[in-house]
Amino acid sequence: MNDNFVSIYLFGKKYDVPGNLTVMGAMEYAGYQLKRGCGCRNGFCGACATIYRVKGDRELKVCLACQTKVENDMYIATLPFFPLIKEVYDINKVPVNEQVMMQLYPEIYACVGCNACTKACTQGLNVMQYIAYAQRGDFEKCAEESFDCVMCGVCSSRCPAGISHPQVALLARRINGKYLAPACGHLEDRVKEIENGTFEDLLQDLMGKPVSELKELYNNREIEK
Amino acid sequence: MYQNEMLRSMEKVAANRAANTDFEPRRMTADEKETLLATYHPDYKAEEFRVLTVGPNKGGKVPTELSALLQAHSRVKDVSLDLSHPDYDVDVLVIGGGGAGAAAAIEANEAGANVLVVTKLRMGDANTMMAEGGIQAADKPNDSPAIHYVDAFGGGHYAAIPELLYKLVNDAPGAIKWLSDLGVEFDKAPDGTMVTTHGGGTSRKRMHAAKDYSGAEIMRTLRDEVLNRQIPMVDFTAAIELIKDENGRAAGAVLMNMETDELTVARAKTVIIATGGAGRLHYQGFPTSNHYGATADGLVLGYRAGAELLYADTLQYHPTGAAYPEQIFGALVTEKVRSLGAKLVNAEGEVFMHPLETRDVSAASIIRECSDRGKGVDTGSGKGVWLDTPMIELKGGEGTIEKRIPAMLRMFMKYGIDIRKEPILVYPTLHYQNGGLRIRADGQTNVENLYVAGEAVGGIHGRNRLMGNSLLDIIVFGRSAGKNAAAKAKETTVGALNLDHVAAFEKELAAAGIETDLVSPKLLPTYTHGNPKFEAK
Repeated sequence: MNDNFVSIYLFGKKYDVPGNLTVMGAMEYAGYQLKRGCGCRNGFCGACATIYRVKGDRELKVCLACQTKVENDMYIATLPFFPLIKEVYDINKVPVNEQVMMQLYPEIYACVGCNACTKACTQGLNVMQYIAYAQRGDFEKCAEESFDCVMCGVCSSRCPAGISHPQVALLARRINGKYLAPACGHLEDRVKEIENGTFEDLLQDLMGKPVSELKELYNNREIEK
Repeated sequence: MYQNEMLRSMEKVAANRAANTDFEPRRMTADEKETLLATYHPDYKAEEFRVLTVGPNKGGKVPTELSALLQAHSRVKDVSLDLSHPDYDVDVLVIGGGGAGAAAAIEANEAGANVLVVTKLRMGDANTMMAEGGIQAADKPNDSPAIHYVDAFGGGHYAAIPELLYKLVNDAPGAIKWLSDLGVEFDKAPDGTMVTTHGGGTSRKRMHAAKDYSGAEIMRTLRDEVLNRQIPMVDFTAAIELIKDENGRAAGAVLMNMETDELTVARAKTVIIATGGAGRLHYQGFPTSNHYGATADGLVLGYRAGAELLYADTLQYHPTGAAYPEQIFGALVTEKVRSLGAKLVNAEGEVFMHPLETRDVSAASIIRECSDRGKGVDTGSGKGVWLDTPMIELKGGEGTIEKRIPAMLRMFMKYGIDIRKEPILVYPTLHYQNGGLRIRADGQTNVENLYVAGEAVGGIHGRNRLMGNSLLDIIVFGRSAGKNAAAKAKETTVGALNLDHVAAFEKELAAAGIETDLVSPKLLPTYTHGNPKFEAK
């Protein structure tokens, strides 16, 4: 075997793969045509949640398969789907306080504080902390703390209380974005101006101009510093 | 993490950093840009394109890889299907579960239509999820939709369809408001003012963002809204052929379960193609920043059904794909990194261009630096130039990177590179399909009842797209396609279904003497990473 190769175990079966590949790349090298457990391949979509253990190590580790290099003696199981609870709600009618959590996700109040969720987060987020913020209706802090969540669901797979952390956080972020973040005056003004047709003549005029004139405009336009 | 030659070059970059941060490079003239593009941009390599010999764009040229798929056989060529008992029967069929598809589904549902969304992977598995930098809208007092129009029209080489571009810029502030009302968290100052920056080729700071998770934040919110509305959605199911009715109008699709290969039939009064881009076709061997499923499926379906393509020969190579380490080769390094003050620097530590030229110009300029000028850095698997990220902290203060581009910080930190202290190596990566199916302002193609939204559309941006105008177009044209397709569905009675256009296309292929084993749409790429056991096949 080539020196640069490592041995990995995909669902328990051994494969020798180049050591510079990601876990996802290694599965493909082994011959898998991925359908499940592969999405953006860039660490944003959470499709490729993976749990693994390195031989001789007691610790169960988690990662995104597309963002993690293989190691020798890795025992790998992908978690392409996890049954998160997603409650249905009307964003225009939700109570903007902890009542909404009590109604939709009451299990968050059964958190036992084990911190398994935080330890399991593939993004390194303080998951237990953002659930604590959600419990007390501090949605702004919950939103900030959970912002980088890719909803891979590994946290929930480890939770003894059955909490669907990514869905709780998403609800908190939507409430924060819609109701708690400061309103944007210049946006409201501009939308009204457009409704009133303020720019209509200007735009129609531009659309009717020959390309030569538009080139002049473009090449000599003032650029904000 | 960096090795050998990279380290030596990095010392030069560090030595010049203070001076380079203050240095304001001039922008290129129109003539300089034209010459640069003609010499170095991949779109200008004639040998990488083929002339189509069948279909509505016969005589037009498209990338070689796309041409093979457009002129391949149907996946249902030898399959007998009972179209008279459809498995799904709806008003509006949305093909694709990305940002455009989700926006369309929400608006069609809002208009009272019975909607079905089909997506070949999961809902939200799309390029939208990976858009980092932001979304444009002229909503500041010093800006206007007219200024936005000129920026986009010039940046797209005066080729955008005016009616489409008008809609894009004029509906932009409304799109931001719609997203905001759905709960999308935009970066704002304490008084509610949007935090906006420049993108390449913008003349006003109109890039709105949600840190560097802008697309992910939009996508997860839209997906949540689709689920809240309980819009029927079938995932891991690809549309593999459009179905028409006896009047020649689009009237549904043949669907295939990606896991079991089971075929089903969806009948619909109107159909919206929202299948996204083509990065996974790896044109000219480029790596891509695109989603796993970006294989131009919608272009193939539409073309076979007689819908015209526009500008399918123009692709966008994002200037800053990751060139190192190899595990993230081709991954997107958001343009926002340059918006925040990082400049492009060559192996000698010289700033060789203004960091905010349009994407096509920037990509061509980097390719020139790494080829004829010989000032690229050897990455071990190719060449790259430096994107000097520590400049951001020099300019914006310590902590700016963590606050404004946390995803970039995380992506490189996983490989031991702290972008607050060390620059990164970049090279152009295949990023966006500028062209696609031609639509009218209402989103409909030349095939009646067939709508298109999102990256599968051609003509909104012309021959190059500005940063932040794609997240914008999926919302503006996704919403509009949803509304219009729902309205059109109300006045439509579907006739008997058929696949006659597929048979006719096969005849055309034979008549043109095209012999191929290829079937399309492609659906997914296959990667084997150099494994000799599979490469031979």
